[in-house]
Amino acid sequence: MPVTTCPVTIRIQQDDFDIAREIAVLTGNRTDIGAVVSFSGICRGDEDSAKIAALSLEHYPGMAEEEIRRHADEATSRWPLNGVTVIHRVGRFMPGQNIVLVLTASQHRQAAFQAAEFLMDYLKTNAPFWKKEESASGTGWVEAQARDDEAAARWTRS
Amino acid sequence: MKVKYFAWVRERVGKAEETIEPPATVRTVEELIAWLSGQSEAYAYAFEKPKVIRTAIDHAHVKSDAAIAGAREIAFFPPMTGG
Repeated sequence: MPVTTCPVTIRIQQDDFDIAREIAVLTGNRTDIGAVVSFSGICRGDEDSAKIAALSLEHYPGMAEEEIRRHADEATSRWPLNGVTVIHRVGRFMPGQNIVLVLTASQHRQAAFQAAEFLMDYLKTNAPFWKKEESASGTGWVEAQARDDEAAARWTRS
Repeated sequence: MKVKYFAWVRERVGKAEETIEPPATVRTVEELIAWLSGQSEAYAYAFEKPKVIRTAIDHAHVKSDAAIAGAREIAFFPPMTGG
């Protein structure tokens, strides 16, 4: 068996990210990676037909990084991954701006697809971030969605 | 112990963090929420639906029956909405 390494990069930042650059960093000069899945979450311009002017994201410094790290570790133990990158932005965003990036690298696509979905499902329900929406009718905290809990629950192993 | 509040829990309590010294009879997260709720209107408002509140002890999620003994930092917050 060839020795595979799985670098895990986790960053929480205000600045935008460059997806192409992050993929290049993840794959580097390696030739053992056959698949990279990239998910980016973007600030939507409307929610349930109501226009959104901006979105603010707050997080729990320290715990947010640790919680994402725990999920990344679980992902690397469940799937044969060759690299994981999770970048979550905090601050105030306008529609169209990037919020989150998840990259998973593997030899084959199935592991990369599944791990990326797993990471996003857990990130939404377990990582300590909160969104506040600004719209014409005022500002308000975004409510957690039952469908996100259901999405995360399907990965639970008995 | 240090207590932190986030999102609308922080707004309702009116502060982001503080140091508290609950009596020794307060042993669990649930009991701490009840004790805090009795401290002022602001806490009572923040914790009016205790089942909605999520709690972390030393950066790890815990359930409401978790013991608070030895905790360095307890955080209270609404269900998470990141990603």
